Amino acid sequence: MNAYEWAETIVFFTVLLALVKPFGSYMARVYQGERTVLSPLLVPCESLLYRLCGVNRDEEMGWKRYAVGLILFNLLTGVVLFAMLLLQGVLPLNPQKMPAFSWSLSLNTAISFMTNTNWQNYAGESAASYFTQMCGFAVHNFTSAATGMVVAIALIRGFVRRRTSHLGNFWVDLTRSTLYILLPLSLVFAVFLVSQGVIQNFSAYKTVPLVQSVTYDKPKLDDSGNAIKDAKGNPVTESVTANEVTIPMGPVASQEAIKELGTNGGGFFNANSSHPYENPTPLSNMVEIFLILLISGSLTYTFGLMAGNPRQGWALLAVMLAILVFTMAVLYRAEATGNPLVAKLGVHGINMEGKETRFGLAGSALFAVATTGTSCGAVNTMHDSLTPLGGLMPLSLILLSEVVFGGVGTGLYTMLAFVVIAVFIAGLMIGRTPEFLGKKIEVREMWMSILAVLTAGILILVFSGIAMVVPSAVSSMANPGAHGLSEVLYAFASMSNNNGSAFAGLSGNTLFYNVTGAICMFLGRFAPILASLAMAGSLAEKKYVPPSLGTLPTDKVPFALWLTLVILIVGALTFFPALSMGPIVEQLQMVGQ
Amino acid sequence: MSKHAPEPISIFDARIMRPALLDSFRKLDPRVLWKNPVMFAVEIASVITLVTFALSLSGANKEPAWFTGTVSVWLWLTVIFANFSEALAEGRGKARAASLRKTRTDVTAKLLSKPEFGASFETVPATELRKDDCILVEVGDLIAGDGDVIAGAALVNESAITGESAPVVRESGGDRSAVTGGTTVIANAIIVRITANPGETFLDRMIGLIEGAKRRKTPNEIALEVLLIALTLVFLLVCANISPLSVYSVKAAGQGSPVSLTVLVALFVCLAPTTIAALLPAIGIAGMDRLFQKNVIALSGRAIEAAGDVNVLLLDKTGTITHGNREAVEFVPVGGHAEQELAEAALVASLTDETPEGRSVVVLARQKYGLERELPRDAETIAFSAETRLSGVDVGGSRYRKGAADSTVAFVKSLGAKTIPANLDEVVDRIARAGATPLVVSCDSEIMGVINLKDIIKSGIQERFQQLRQMGIKTVMITGDNPLTAAAIAAEAQVDDFLAQAKPEDKLKLIKENQEAGFMVAMTGDGTNDAPALAQADVAVAMNTGTQPAREAANIIDLDSNPTKLLDIVEVGKQILMTRGNLTTFSISNDVAKYFAIIPAMLLSIYPQLNVLNVMHLATPLSAILSAVIFNAVIIPLLVPLALKGTRFKPMPAEKLLIHNLLLYGVGGMIAPFIGIKLIDMMVGSFL
Repeated sequence: MNAYEWAETIVFFTVLLALVKPFGSYMARVYQGERTVLSPLLVPCESLLYRLCGVNRDEEMGWKRYAVGLILFNLLTGVVLFAMLLLQGVLPLNPQKMPAFSWSLSLNTAISFMTNTNWQNYAGESAASYFTQMCGFAVHNFTSAATGMVVAIALIRGFVRRRTSHLGNFWVDLTRSTLYILLPLSLVFAVFLVSQGVIQNFSAYKTVPLVQSVTYDKPKLDDSGNAIKDAKGNPVTESVTANEVTIPMGPVASQEAIKELGTNGGGFFNANSSHPYENPTPLSNMVEIFLILLISGSLTYTFGLMAGNPRQGWALLAVMLAILVFTMAVLYRAEATGNPLVAKLGVHGINMEGKETRFGLAGSALFAVATTGTSCGAVNTMHDSLTPLGGLMPLSLILLSEVVFGGVGTGLYTMLAFVVIAVFIAGLMIGRTPEFLGKKIEVREMWMSILAVLTAGILILVFSGIAMVVPSAVSSMANPGAHGLSEVLYAFASMSNNNGSAFAGLSGNTLFYNVTGAICMFLGRFAPILASLAMAGSLAEKKYVPPSLGTLPTDKVPFALWLTLVILIVGALTFFPALSMGPIVEQLQMVGQ
Repeated sequence: MSKHAPEPISIFDARIMRPALLDSFRKLDPRVLWKNPVMFAVEIASVITLVTFALSLSGANKEPAWFTGTVSVWLWLTVIFANFSEALAEGRGKARAASLRKTRTDVTAKLLSKPEFGASFETVPATELRKDDCILVEVGDLIAGDGDVIAGAALVNESAITGESAPVVRESGGDRSAVTGGTTVIANAIIVRITANPGETFLDRMIGLIEGAKRRKTPNEIALEVLLIALTLVFLLVCANISPLSVYSVKAAGQGSPVSLTVLVALFVCLAPTTIAALLPAIGIAGMDRLFQKNVIALSGRAIEAAGDVNVLLLDKTGTITHGNREAVEFVPVGGHAEQELAEAALVASLTDETPEGRSVVVLARQKYGLERELPRDAETIAFSAETRLSGVDVGGSRYRKGAADSTVAFVKSLGAKTIPANLDEVVDRIARAGATPLVVSCDSEIMGVINLKDIIKSGIQERFQQLRQMGIKTVMITGDNPLTAAAIAAEAQVDDFLAQAKPEDKLKLIKENQEAGFMVAMTGDGTNDAPALAQADVAVAMNTGTQPAREAANIIDLDSNPTKLLDIVEVGKQILMTRGNLTTFSISNDVAKYFAIIPAMLLSIYPQLNVLNVMHLATPLSAILSAVIFNAVIIPLLVPLALKGTRFKPMPAEKLLIHNLLLYGVGGMIAPFIGIKLIDMMVGSFL
């Protein structure tokens, strides 16, 4: 790394870590119903909302009621979005006269946004109206983020509360997440992004003449929009000369901030955060990465604070940070080494394909690991164009079940499920029936944490296997071979873990990928959520066991190392065979040639 | 007293080996094996490879038949080794149960028409006795069933149950009224009211427990099994996923062949946590057995595991912390008397005192003061009585007495003493405050001085409490003594806390308070008045000499009636959990090496580049896969001794222990199979 990149990276992490404590404490105050700086402004709004919706804010819920409220709310908003996409043609704010989505694409997209995945089998600027973007996608960016956060909070309460069935009130937690945390921050940062050049308007797309006309090879598409391939399976292209260009417009800034903040990742434009209207400057780039990591990182402190042991929160953050920094280093190294095949052509140095020069390698590498370590999925770099080893890093971060910071809330509750498993084995190894934060880990907790940790892995194994033998799924690959296998693996990993980023190169808008993807996103989201809430319910009922000399300290280095190992080993054991037929062999092929 | 703990039977004893070998085949029955889901899955895998082998004989397979056949054999061996380890653990118990059963031969009982001596009786088989029947047991009779002595007192030989050859007294009323079926009366006669129906007696339960017939999985064991099942399921899917991925890769690479069923099955068995799943039942059974070797019967596996978690240990002072008896350690004269004078008076007053305290006075007087006095002919023994609360000897017209301060003072006053030595109170007070018992000695109306009777703390007990503290266990001494005495003894023994003047309800309250605060409480007890507290405690150890209610309230029974046994129980409880945890870690760590053996081997025909992953340089793909399968199988019998003995437990802080075990079983578990598989590959290579 050069001096600028070092400085950029160090300043970034310093600022991020400096804000973990204050922002984490702020969130703890929000969820514990204490006064905050924003209370004078927001308490009246909050009370009004409760009155309008008939919510009794003092009413406590058991885990089942909490879960029922959560599922119903999500299904309802999901159905609304599904209808909105099917009816897009007749809805307002559609200057480009975008037609309705197909039913399978609507299903996939509705579930995608409902589950905080934001997997996009469509290109924003050529398929979605401003109404769909603002009233459909942006709304879900808030609600799905808030949903993830309340589950984490309910689980924390499960650990903290004793001998009770009460986990808090779902409606209150949801309202507070949105009103006190997501809304104010996205407002501030939307304005900031505008200052950097992100657009915010309702204008029709602008067509402008090109300064210099361009001739290029364009892939031929069939009627359903798929690339036509010749007998050898290579895409058929035709030569086109362009004299003018259409520039898409839209209310981008308002969606951009929450896209990162809520680890949603669904780009307004198909090019996502590599598009200059979404992410125009190196500064906006660092701010977007910061937003991706801010809530998930700070929630670890919220957890520590609410659990009465901030060290515990720091320990979890340290584990996350260690894996993030390690993967970033490998990714950076792999890309800096470049591609030997390209080098043979006389082009040496960094592999810059698919990267934006204005972000540089460090800004791209950091974005790539941040967006995949969390379940964000926004991209400023085409992951498909990374070297195989470099691309293995984002893929691995997703395959590790999204715990490296993780999605807002989801990262914490999945990490806590890993902690439960790690504590269970470590507890046995020191000769005690295992406990964490004074709560005994028993059969029920074991089932639930396993469900939370392994659901996504199971979905990936099942569906990537199916995809390899279904001819229509195989034909969606743009790059057959080991790289095509990586693309499919990445797609199902991304959907099952609710990440949403893609190894581009796979045409996802087919019946097969739309439907299997919807299943993966739905189960990958709600199975772990239900498991976490059930675990919270069972933990809250338990009595507290005070620590003694024989208790395993879970807030110190040895346990943090053990936890890291458990996360890495579970991921490696589950995916090593598949990865060896994908990125690993691809890297060996590349180096060997 | 001669103690013979149940003789340790070596696992290599033919009496155990032979039935265990038979059992390992009998346990192949799927109806038995499905209780261990992981091994059940391995059995299914074995069946699949057997079928594939049969098919390959007819040439339907692309792999050589010898390969499929050998894999199949080793997969079957994996299951058999697992069964064998369990059978071996059960075997020791079974051998012991068989010897116990011998005592339960055709016993008859004298069923009384009325519960009193001299009433008429008829002789009936023991199996016809029901609860509340009353039987007469005379010299030489076997007691036909569990019961309470309701009349009489007898010497009973309980060696059949306890292995303790010295007979014990069993008498009606009080804390020594319980008798156990299968024991023999060797003096006097008693009337016993039967308290258990046939099949429910202590002996029956004990046999059941030792045989492992009644063994139920503990919650912790189930939780671990959940983890193992989940891992097995994931590995099943991993292997199922490899198949289509390899089919695609063959097409993409344009060479090689997809991974075969035999290889997938072999990989699955290697990855599944077979090592821990195979040894899991043996670990629990062997733990109970180890306790039994220490003469402790655990009535549930749960109680042993709970023992590993105990935070608070309530110990009876007498017999646990101190020797049961107090000893005279000092003579303190008062009122101007000489020490020698007092020693002589104390000696005379104690000459006929047969209590341990009395004898210790004689010993002290003889050893320290060189006094030799025989009991004069005309001496008259004044036994201790509840009214005077004094004892002593009248000799030559002088009355020597010793007793509690107030009683002795009252006595000398009744003989006309005008003054009581001024420093008496001070001396008595000083001794009491130090946790000892002051015994005042008088001769006629003269107070001579005070005997300092001290509780003798068992040697080495401080170290044991220190060990407990290191394990994070707080010790609380329970005593009927006054707070002053209790505090002094507690300080000397270095217990963390004490409960003085404890009544049964105080003990119960103390346990409940600790449990409310979230602690796991262990308690030892023997009396009927301990029963409520025992029932409340998480780990309740009853002495075998205790009463029936106490034994019923407990979940662990100590046949030696030695309360410090709790330390051993805690240790075994921790060992069981640690062995489970360590072998789980070992089992999972092993998978890393197995991947490095099998993955390059199975994909080599498609992607020759993957040979760089063959870090062990295994000879051929087939020998690599075979070596991993063989390693996976033979590691089970190799670890059987560890599973049966349990991992060594040294008290140390949790964190140090974790690091130690992680290095040994985690890192070791990663390295060991690399070496093992390489060695096996070299051997396999020499055959090919």
